[in-house]
Amino acid sequence: MRLGLAFLLVAALAAISLTVGVSGLSLSRLLAGDGRDWLILWESRVPRTLALLLAGASMAIAGLLMQIVIRNRFVEPSTTGTVEAAGLGLLVMTLLAPGAPVIVKMAVGAVFALGGTGLFLLVLRRVPLRDQMIVPLIGIILTGVLHAATTFFAYRADLMQTVLAWTQGDLSGVLRGRYELLWLGAAMAAVAWIAADRFTLAGLGRDMATSLGLAHGRVLALGLSIVSGVTAVVVVTVGIIPFLGLIVPNLVSLALGDNMRRAVPWVAVSGAGLVLACDILGRILRAPYEIPVGTILGVIGSLTFLILILKGRRNAA
Amino acid sequence: MIETRALRKSYGSSLVLDEVSLTLPRGGITSIIGANGAGKSTLLSVISRLLTADSGAVSIDSQDIFRAAGPELARKLAVLRQDNHLNARLTVKELVSFGRYPHSKGRLTPACREAVNHAMTWLDLTALSDRFLDQLSGGQRQRAFVAMTLAQETDYILLDEPLNNLDMKNARAMMLTLRQAVQALQKTVVMVLHDINFASVHSDRIIAMKAGRVIHSGTPAQIITPAILRDVYDMEITVQEIDGHRFAFYYG
Repeated sequence: MRLGLAFLLVAALAAISLTVGVSGLSLSRLLAGDGRDWLILWESRVPRTLALLLAGASMAIAGLLMQIVIRNRFVEPSTTGTVEAAGLGLLVMTLLAPGAPVIVKMAVGAVFALGGTGLFLLVLRRVPLRDQMIVPLIGIILTGVLHAATTFFAYRADLMQTVLAWTQGDLSGVLRGRYELLWLGAAMAAVAWIAADRFTLAGLGRDMATSLGLAHGRVLALGLSIVSGVTAVVVVTVGIIPFLGLIVPNLVSLALGDNMRRAVPWVAVSGAGLVLACDILGRILRAPYEIPVGTILGVIGSLTFLILILKGRRNAA
Repeated sequence: MIETRALRKSYGSSLVLDEVSLTLPRGGITSIIGANGAGKSTLLSVISRLLTADSGAVSIDSQDIFRAAGPELARKLAVLRQDNHLNARLTVKELVSFGRYPHSKGRLTPACREAVNHAMTWLDLTALSDRFLDQLSGGQRQRAFVAMTLAQETDYILLDEPLNNLDMKNARAMMLTLRQAVQALQKTVVMVLHDINFASVHSDRIIAMKAGRVIHSGTPAQIITPAILRDVYDMEITVQEIDGHRFAFYYG
């Protein structure tokens, strides 16, 4: 019921997103069959809105999934080396096989992302964890190292612009034919929903999961593969959207808890809605110029995140 | 019947299980006692396939547990370790429902719901069913975990220090609940206990471990004696019989 209202709200935002942009669209001209208006709607606005919905929902789900299987509230693909590793993979492909189809580049990016996440888990295993916050801090250090490597090669190959496009979520370049890979990311996120119970169980810890007959290692691997796949898709199509995978699942968890089956629809809707709202804001604030959605979410996200941490500390005390 | 054959397990250079061969018949409560580091929890973890042994074998009803399929074994044996840290925010009911996972893979049948409600009633959790685990006291949380284990409806239940976090009242209630489960539902309960008087009063069998070996086993009357307790704990312990139960005094 309340979920239905949330869907309506996102649908309204989507409708607004269709109408906001540099070139004006008018309903009457669309109805009259104006070719130029239809072209803008079909080639630019619809793809952009769909891209926002798909990227927002799947990145938020990827964040939730990662938090559940790694069992830490403060991780998401951009604080675990996953995003940077995907970027490095894409860079390697751009250098070695620039002509490869984008889906191949994406696949290589996903493999790198999985490798980066694996590296993160490996480091985690060797560090004594005295505090919840150590986990994301280790991830951020690893992210820094991977980022440095990426920057080094990109600088030498004069590809800094390209790397920036991956690391900074920006949808102003989305046109028909340039976003469809996001459907694949959404499909992977859907798998996460179908297998939700397994992931919630895996989140209870290895011993409890094993006791309930779950192959814990395999479920963990599946979960992190989904996260890596979604990340690679988003990085290669629209660029990474920071904080989304962090704040949306945390807010939903506060309200609903972590039973993943129940949380996924809410996380998807809220993620899509938040990204849509931020992108619309970015289009309006300095019109006719645009502020990338990544920047807007960076500001809103970091503030929300700070509040969450402070609130969490208070609850713990 | 649970059988272990010549189990060995070492962490680095220290041997924690040293040729442990045991036979635990079906039914009843078996308590494992011993000093810290005697290998009790390790033994429980190996029997419940949470840890692999370096050598030796474990079988349950003549089935090798390391070759059995995960879900099949999970319908036969449930285990609860101590220190169950949960980061996930789940309600009591959700947690207990996950006890049904080996049977239903997440799609609860009417029989599942009944088992879940039954387990919650049994552990007096019905009023707390919609509360999140992080809003509960340590004792309530421990009861929720045990309820999940009961909802699994296995013949064998292995518990590592189930009285952890429980005050006297709750500890006694927990032991009585387990006794009822053993009697009414023909369960076999094996648990690690630190409180030897609880072990003495409520167990059918006691297994005493020291330095990775099982050094004594028998009924409470056979094990709770000054001579055997001295052997197990390396200290003088007085034993007195009150109302037909043997109590150890080691406070003075």
